[in-house]
This record gives sequence, C-alpha cells and structure tokens, in this order.
Amino acid sequence: MIKSIQELEEIRKRALEDLEFRKQQGEGIRIVVGMATCGIAAGARPVMLKFVEEIQKRNLKNVTVVQTGCIGLCKYEPIVEVYEPNKEKVTYVKMTPEKVSRVVAEHIVNGKPVYEYTIGYEENKEANK
Amino acid sequence: MLNELSLYILDLVQNSIEAGATFVKIEIVENLENDIFSISIEDNGRGIPKELLKEVTDPFYTTRKTRKVGLGLALASQLAKDCNGKLFIDSSENGTRVKIELQHSHIDRPPLGNIIDTLLLLVCGAPDVDFVYVHRVDRREFVFDTRRLKSVLGEDIPLNLPSVVEFIKEELSKGLSNLFGGANIND
Repeated sequence: MIKSIQELEEIRKRALEDLEFRKQQGEGIRIVVGMATCGIAAGARPVMLKFVEEIQKRNLKNVTVVQTGCIGLCKYEPIVEVYEPNKEKVTYVKMTPEKVSRVVAEHIVNGKPVYEYTIGYEENKEANK
Repeated sequence: MLNELSLYILDLVQNSIEAGATFVKIEIVENLENDIFSISIEDNGRGIPKELLKEVTDPFYTTRKTRKVGLGLALASQLAKDCNGKLFIDSSENGTRVKIELQHSHIDRPPLGNIIDTLLLLVCGAPDVDFVYVHRVDRREFVFDTRRLKSVLGEDIPLNLPSVVEFIKEELSKGLSNLFGGANIND
C-alpha cells in the first residue's frame, strides 16, 4: 500500500506537467463513446478502453475520451464521435477495437478521418443496396 | 441478454450516473456456503419516483427521449428470473439501491467477466463520480475506493488521465488476483 501511494505521488507530479501542457495547447480533441445498454451490448466497452490504451501508448496529451448515453442510433452501435476544435464532428459507427487503432493513427494523430468507418459511408452503402 | 455480469453492472451504473449521482457503491458478495452471488449498486442520485418503481423493469419504460425502450433494469430483472434469483429496488429522493441476488451455481448464471474493464470505464467516463467497489468471496474481501486515490492525487488531477488509468488497472488486477488466491483473473 505504501509503495502504491508513492507511485501515485509520482503520477501526480507528471500529471501536473501534462495538465499544464494541455492548458498551453488550448482546446484539444474529444472522443465520445456511446455507453447505454445498446452500446454496451454491441461491444462499446473494449472500444472505449482501446482508445484509452492507444492514447496512453502514443502519449497523446491533448486528447480526452469520455462516455455518453444513448445517441439514438442503436443499430449503428458502438458509436464514437470525434470532436476537433473548429472542425465538423465525425461520427464513426459499428466500431471495433481493430478499427480504433486505425482511427487513432489516421484521424487523431494525422488529422485525416477514416471515411469507410463513418456514418455517412454506412448510410450510403445501405441506400445503394 | 448480456454474457457477463460485469456488463450488467456497467449498464446499471449508467442509470446512477444519469440520475446525477456523485457517489456509487458497487458491492459483490459471493457466498459459496449459501450458494448466493449478489450484486448491489447503491447511489446518491435523484432516485426513482414511487409511481414509476413498478414500471422500471418493463422494457417499454424509459425516461430517455432518444428512443422508446429502456432495457437496463428489464435485463437485470430477466437475469434474476433466469438464475433462480431476485431483483430488489429501493429508491428515495436520496438515492437508489438495486440488488440482484442469483444462485451462484446456477447453470445460466453468466460469469462475472471482466470487472476490471467495467470499473476502468466507469472511472474514465465519469471521473467526477466517487466509486467504491467491494468484492467479497466468503471471508476474503477486496475494497477499491476512488476517494482514496483523489486524496493523494488532489482535486486538480482527473482520474481519467491515462497514467492514472494505468495505475488503477494495476491496483485492480493485483487486488482481485489476491482475492482469488493469486490466480490471474485476466485469463
């Protein structure tokens, strides 16, 4: 227990630096995962944790992952919305942990949304069936 | 039906968060002697109005505006029925307590599943809520309390910071592994 308190104090020191960095960078990217019954049943839990893991691994300091309730499009769950300052929101549907890796690499890091995973693409596909 | 009890927990705690809770206590008691697996979720949210208590396990009842069905408590109620158990809901304007009691050895009782992921998600998704997780297996007990973390980290560090999440993950795996006699519960 004592060891873990020391560890936490270390984390606190580093976290304060990270928060300072966030403040200087201004508003960052917000990733919102739908986490109502529909999302959970469709597999939102591993999707959200994959985002957390990738962000930690890549040390992305200005990105936050949060959850929300039902977005109202249950058949497309797990749904993930990405909010970037001064850009239009991007909605990803039917997400999986594998898709998350690509979204982080191409969209979050390099600013290029993965069109094939978006709701627009999915709706077009259905309309053309 | 959800295939892990930890997913039911994740789902039911979402109700607590929606109800504006700032404190949620999740308690799991595995009483092998009496063959009971119980899950209790207690919050200090705004509670369920009396006249609605009868309706909350109806899948066609929800307070949500985005669609017309709400499955959280309906699924929990079905789970209890399937596993020779009971669902209790106590609610007042000071909070709600939902308790599910299941037959531990029942063939249809889903495994607890990945409770670590459920807890991590709850803490990440609602970093301002205080969570207490108590897990008892006969006489052994594991307690995880985010208020203890906050007392060391201070109020200015959100619990969903990646380094803190990593720390919580390790704490939970160590604690739960001890609870189950050193077994690696992630397998």
